[in-house]
Amino acid sequence: MGASGNPAAGGGVEQASYTTRFGSLNSFDRGGVELVNDDARHYAFSNVFDVASRSKPWEKVAVGKNMEYVLEVVRAEGISEWRTAAHDEFAVCLDGEVTLDLVKLNSSPLAEGSEGSVAINGEPAGPRMGRVFLKRGHQALLPAGAAYRFTATVTGVLLIQTIAGPDTQFRWAEICQTV
Amino acid sequence: MTVSEIQVAQSEGTNAEGYHEFSLGEFTFRRDEFFVYIIWPTGNHIMSADAFLRALQRDVAWDFFYGVVNFDGVFGTVNHYGTVDIFAGRYNESYRKAELDYSENVETPQIRETFKAVLADWTNSTFDPFASPHETGAAFGIKNGENLSAVTRRRVAANRMVAVPGDEQIRSDASGFPVNRMFRDVDQSEPVIEVEPGFEGEVAAFSLFAYLSRSDVTWNPSVVSACKDSLFCPTTEEYILPIIHGNDRVEWFLQLSDQITWEVEDRDTGAVRSRVVMKAGDICAMPADIRHQGYSPKRSMLLVWENNSGDIPDLIASGKTPTYPIEF
Repeated sequence: MGASGNPAAGGGVEQASYTTRFGSLNSFDRGGVELVNDDARHYAFSNVFDVASRSKPWEKVAVGKNMEYVLEVVRAEGISEWRTAAHDEFAVCLDGEVTLDLVKLNSSPLAEGSEGSVAINGEPAGPRMGRVFLKRGHQALLPAGAAYRFTATVTGVLLIQTIAGPDTQFRWAEICQTV
Repeated sequence: MTVSEIQVAQSEGTNAEGYHEFSLGEFTFRRDEFFVYIIWPTGNHIMSADAFLRALQRDVAWDFFYGVVNFDGVFGTVNHYGTVDIFAGRYNESYRKAELDYSENVETPQIRETFKAVLADWTNSTFDPFASPHETGAAFGIKNGENLSAVTRRRVAANRMVAVPGDEQIRSDASGFPVNRMFRDVDQSEPVIEVEPGFEGEVAAFSLFAYLSRSDVTWNPSVVSACKDSLFCPTTEEYILPIIHGNDRVEWFLQLSDQITWEVEDRDTGAVRSRVVMKAGDICAMPADIRHQGYSPKRSMLLVWENNSGDIPDLIASGKTPTYPIEF
């Protein structure tokens, strides 16, 4: 029967249409951990829009951590600094509209194998690689060895898949459900 | 052990309902119109054919996944990444106290091929174990053809990121992935990309939300991007997760759209620990000593985030790494 929407034999019918609910900086609803016999802190429960709404532009606030790896939430507002990492990173635009500029660095400030991203002082030296225009739901590659900069044409929220670096902010007690 | 060397133990003929009987070690499996019967040296178990096949489909497609795949409160598998434990009652306190629990360790290729054979033989032409209940026929009845294309879907696993040249590609009507009926309102526009010559393989982006809106399966995490061992495994969810996943490492969920409620229990005993309600934008960890099952009333988008490091299960099991991700 596939995607035709036909009901399974003997079942009720489906709704004529459905509304998909995404969150945003201006409109989000938060769930939570309902404890029976556990510690809420073990779940590190937070909300990316809530975190971004309380962040300064371009702060990299960890909302997930698994050993050395992190998920960072970034409030995209204005123009970011240039950054680079020795490994691939990825950015998902969860709200707003963001332009990504990429430059292939002639010389990386990072040793091969180093982890996490660092800021670059001034303008990066190297050939321009390209530009990506991101809207909500779009994901981009931040390639290893490239310098990248975001420009928010509409204030929004980015989720960064990366490794913890010197600028990763850890504010678990501030952002997470604790009881 | 190569696939050609593996002997799947199945009955020569079929039963009255048209299905073969299978065995793996001391376990035997048979089905009739409604039920699956699992027998082991110290006991036996009965499951709905529908629930069994949905769980079996995930176990096979995920190659036994991370940790424990509980088909229900009694039967399941534990992945040791090269071998697999097949168990009955092992994570059920009552079975353990009554000493009715049983498990065997088997080589992964052996259980993989056996389970694939069971799935192929017991799935009828009208049933797709990966589909939501509204998108498929029933699993029940006597043998009625097969649905090999559904039960042998290729699992998406991007090496770097979907849409990077040479890697997994985006979904479209043309590639056989129409927008799902519950995601028709999801924006299908792809990012605009300007690439300078010579950097075609480095400047890449895609619409993750459009990609997910075109998923033809439910509860099937698939890799879309990899930062070393950090894997983004988004999935679309509708109805109930057909297995109860027991963690051998911390994994994280980020609810991208709509809502899922997770029932969380102690991994080893099944004792209730919490209920986690996740709405769009919520993110939380699933500790490494729990098991969880999700309920999604509308098809939703969930980002499952995994650390694929092979060192973690031993670090967790030995107590060198805590079962929860952060001390604060």
